[in-house]
Amino acid sequence: MARPLINVPVKVKRGETFEIKTLISHVMEPGYRFTTTGARLPRDIVTSFCCSYNGVEIFRADLSPAIAANPFITFFTVATESGTLEFKWTGDNGFSETAAATITVE
Amino acid sequence: MMALELLAAAGPARSADIPLDQRRSGYADLARDSKAMQDDDTVNPATLWVLDGEALWNQKASAADRSCADCHGDATVSMKGVAARYPAFSPAHNSPIDLEQRINLCRTEHQQAAPLPFESHDLLALTAYVGRQSRGIAIAESKDERLKPFIERGRELFSRRQGQINLSCAQCHDDNWGRRIAGALLPQGHPNGYPIYRLEWQGLGSLQRRLRNCLFGLRAELYALGSNELVSLELFLIQRARGMTIETPAVRP
Repeated sequence: MARPLINVPVKVKRGETFEIKTLISHVMEPGYRFTTTGARLPRDIVTSFCCSYNGVEIFRADLSPAIAANPFITFFTVATESGTLEFKWTGDNGFSETAAATITVE
Repeated sequence: MMALELLAAAGPARSADIPLDQRRSGYADLARDSKAMQDDDTVNPATLWVLDGEALWNQKASAADRSCADCHGDATVSMKGVAARYPAFSPAHNSPIDLEQRINLCRTEHQQAAPLPFESHDLLALTAYVGRQSRGIAIAESKDERLKPFIERGRELFSRRQGQINLSCAQCHDDNWGRRIAGALLPQGHPNGYPIYRLEWQGLGSLQRRLRNCLFGLRAELYALGSNELVSLELFLIQRARGMTIETPAVRP
């Protein structure tokens, strides 16, 4: 499937707040749906997401079956140093996905 | 506003076409958050399919070891405007074909690859990628005489009552757009954003899938994916939307 979509500004002024937008492709099967023949579709969701900024965790989220497919998570942080934002998604059935984005702080 | 016509049971329903200047894309009825989702490619979940489509465009396909790019080059150039003039007439079929069928024709004839199943991830990805190149372009009015009988066929299908519910497409989407049915707002039903990311589907789907959903709601027999009926309907609908702007891939509820 497609890699996660990350949207961060390329350049930010030091001390400014900026928005990070992430979108990952995932079916997010809640575990409460049934097929037409009555079989239950097992749960298959992303369970947690975290983001670190130059190695320091700045954001973490636990996801529940209530979250819709292709979860879109956005949050803000303050620009401190230039460097790398690293993102990690983990979920059921050994699901694990990572992404990274670089940011220049002037 | 439009008068609610009480159509007699006898005879085919014949509604008036929506005046060209009163046509309204489904975008106009979206909630603020859904509009924001469509407007930003990095937020639109359909982009996941578009990116997959881009990868498939450049991927060599089986026997002929040829990718779409090998013949068509850069899709952002060669595919610009293509979706705005599909369905188009296919001399090979002596009938119109839609974009999905055209892609499969390329695969079988030029890439010696198996056709992709309708509604499969790969076919949707390629259609979304090709369609994306026409975003912002107006739907072309057909000047192809060969398409005329098929547009008429599409109009017939659009205008006749169907199913246990016994309503025609026109009765809801020409006569009562803007009103509600079972609480849901009736759009005019233009295909200018397909394939769409439908929130109800939690995924991307084609116009044919949507048309089958409508027929299901009417408790009518569903035309098969790729059938002449659905392609004629697609052709009629896109001509009904001539001049409107392509929004592919759109977000819809």
